[in-house]
Amino acid sequence: MDQIARNTEKSWFLFLVFKLLHLGIHLFGFLIFLVRELKPKGKILTPFNVITLPIIVAGAFFAVEHMFEGLSTGTNVSQEFPWGIFIGFNVMVGVPFAGGAYVLAFLVYVLNFEKFHPIVRATVLNGFLAYAFYASAIFLDLGRKWNILNPIIGNEFGVNSILFLVAWHFLLYMLAELIEFSPTVAEWVGLERLKKILSSMTLGACVFGIALSTLHQSGLGGLFMMAKNKLHPLWYSEFIPMLFFASSIPAGLSVVIVQETITRRFFSHRMSESYLRNYDDIFIWLARGAALALFVYFFLKVLAFIHEKSWVHLWSPWGAWFLFEVIGLVLVPSFLFHFGQARRDRRIILFAAILTMLGIIVNRLNYSMIAFKWYVPFSERYFPSLQEITITLAIISTQLWIFRWVVNRMPVYEVPHVEEPETERTFVPELGFTMANGGEKILKKNMKEV
Amino acid sequence: MKRREFLKVALSTLSALSISGLSTKKAMGFYACPKEFHAVLVDTTRCIGCRSCEVACADSHGLLIPDPEDKTVFKTLRKTDEKRLTVVNRFETEKGEVYVKTQCMHCCQPACVAACLVKAMKKREEGPVTWSENCMGCRYCMVSCPFDMPKFEYDKAFGRIVKCDMCYGRIIKGKVPACVEACPSEALTFGTRRDILNEAKRRIYTKPDTYIPYIYGEKEVAGTGFLYISSVPFEKIGLPTNLGFKAYPEFTVPFLYSVPVILILWPAFLLGMHYATKEGRK
Ligand code: SF4
Repeated sequence: MDQIARNTEKSWFLFLVFKLLHLGIHLFGFLIFLVRELKPKGKILTPFNVITLPIIVAGAFFAVEHMFEGLSTGTNVSQEFPWGIFIGFNVMVGVPFAGGAYVLAFLVYVLNFEKFHPIVRATVLNGFLAYAFYASAIFLDLGRKWNILNPIIGNEFGVNSILFLVAWHFLLYMLAELIEFSPTVAEWVGLERLKKILSSMTLGACVFGIALSTLHQSGLGGLFMMAKNKLHPLWYSEFIPMLFFASSIPAGLSVVIVQETITRRFFSHRMSESYLRNYDDIFIWLARGAALALFVYFFLKVLAFIHEKSWVHLWSPWGAWFLFEVIGLVLVPSFLFHFGQARRDRRIILFAAILTMLGIIVNRLNYSMIAFKWYVPFSERYFPSLQEITITLAIISTQLWIFRWVVNRMPVYEVPHVEEPETERTFVPELGFTMANGGEKILKKNMKEV
Repeated sequence: MKRREFLKVALSTLSALSISGLSTKKAMGFYACPKEFHAVLVDTTRCIGCRSCEVACADSHGLLIPDPEDKTVFKTLRKTDEKRLTVVNRFETEKGEVYVKTQCMHCCQPACVAACLVKAMKKREEGPVTWSENCMGCRYCMVSCPFDMPKFEYDKAFGRIVKCDMCYGRIIKGKVPACVEACPSEALTFGTRRDILNEAKRRIYTKPDTYIPYIYGEKEVAGTGFLYISSVPFEKIGLPTNLGFKAYPEFTVPFLYSVPVILILWPAFLLGMHYATKEGRK
């Protein structure tokens, strides 16, 4: 008995040592792999790098400075305008811009609309990075930064606050996007088993992510529900949350259109054959979606306008500004999208996408700083400071750097192929060429039977 | 639907339920209140603009003490800020000069309390709206407050939200707020909100020529803890009259109620759609 026990013990011990060694070798290999991958690929002195690097360095410097000195150093936020561009632009505009991730996840993983499959990974990656960087913008904006975890760890849960919901949904959504993107990372590292496991979670993450997105996209608008006496009546409406959600769809699609135009220019060497072949088609379909979504948003905007009986305010400079936003930057691009897809003209579509993005920027800035406290005289109004703008640009640049790094390394632009067993090629001398997947055995068997 | 798929749907619904439960439970918890709210009556016809209240307030909150002799301050309309929790302004009206004290209004259903995501802003059972240290400085309360009262100490790395706290520390010890105690002309009266309302009505009824028949703050934003009576219409003395009578937190209720519905129905609906379209394609 004893002998056996001791033997098993021994073998267990050996097994453990062996496993540890194994793991060590793996880890070592991985480290080498990582170090190699961390090196920049391609030229270093590109115009993009030359412009963005100083911005990033300056932004980091300002950010650290203002972290230790308090918000009045470097930002122009005031008692009158408590939210500056970190919240008013980075978060308010960035979140709808990242909306493409949930829209495409919906189309591809939920509706099985395979056409968009080649671009879904890049979009999810972009969405995830965007969210990660808004988190940093929020952190910079907080007046009591080290308390940032309080709503998460329950010191205390302000469950009746819309901001509380938005914060939680932010966090959970980032997790969902990470899961959606993780198979790509696993593929990059070469862990096929892990990739399979992670892939099986994609659908769940998507479904959950879409629900969360619906809520925090609209929740951002909901934040302004209690600013009733501060927002210009042309913009205040009880439908703000719905309008924010509806506009995030065309916003997200437009960003995808611009993103794909850019990546096609710079990363076409990383793209799969089939994507490049279907590129035009995908573009047209994105435009169709955007045209429809934008028109629906316009329609809702009109409904809210009628519901609030806002026409009395139209005859004023604010009215003109409102019409410019709603007609010039919503209705016009919607028709342009339609026009562009009918003529299959990528340039028109791109132009419409840029207009749409502008429209979203104008709309969100209206809520956060332009039509917000519209009665405050010009001299007391908020304008971002140089440092604030630099930090914002630095955040965006860093995000682009990371995006580039990932796209250059991970299989972002490859259609995840259907699981095939490893192809084994054997030379069949009888035929004079190679055959894959044991085909030669079948052939020989058949030949024998014949 | 296969059993596994059913399980998936059920699981996601369950997890959605638990999260949404988190968000609506006690959503409107601050409505119930066993004790009575306290309130302060500001009788603008009695105020002489001596600014003793400003001095007493600064003194009891450890802030920079203003000079009450300096009458030049009345030349501009001053607002409260992070260094002064209450200010007195002068208004020229058809009934002569009227002095008006402003500070946090201590709403019965405060927007800042509904806004705060860590419950740093609290409506106390005694009536004051107070702030505490677990605040993360997001300044959403400043965006939400209809009276623009919470102010932030921007020049510190770890600033505080500051505003009048109705001298909460003194109230729980049974004392009256510092400003009320300091007022030499009895322009300020402290008591339970019910008594204060009655007193305001009594003054209006007994001197109908002096007062306009309206108590500011009785119904504004569903009731405030500082109540004003005056000889001139309130928009003439700088009090916002466009706020409406609805409690500000109620503006967020439709959205908050839609959250659990969406979190429960959306995932189930989406999964259903997924399997429907999948079958269709094959
Ligand atoms: S600034 Fe502080 S008190 Fe105000 S809402 Fe944010 S966490 Fe709450």
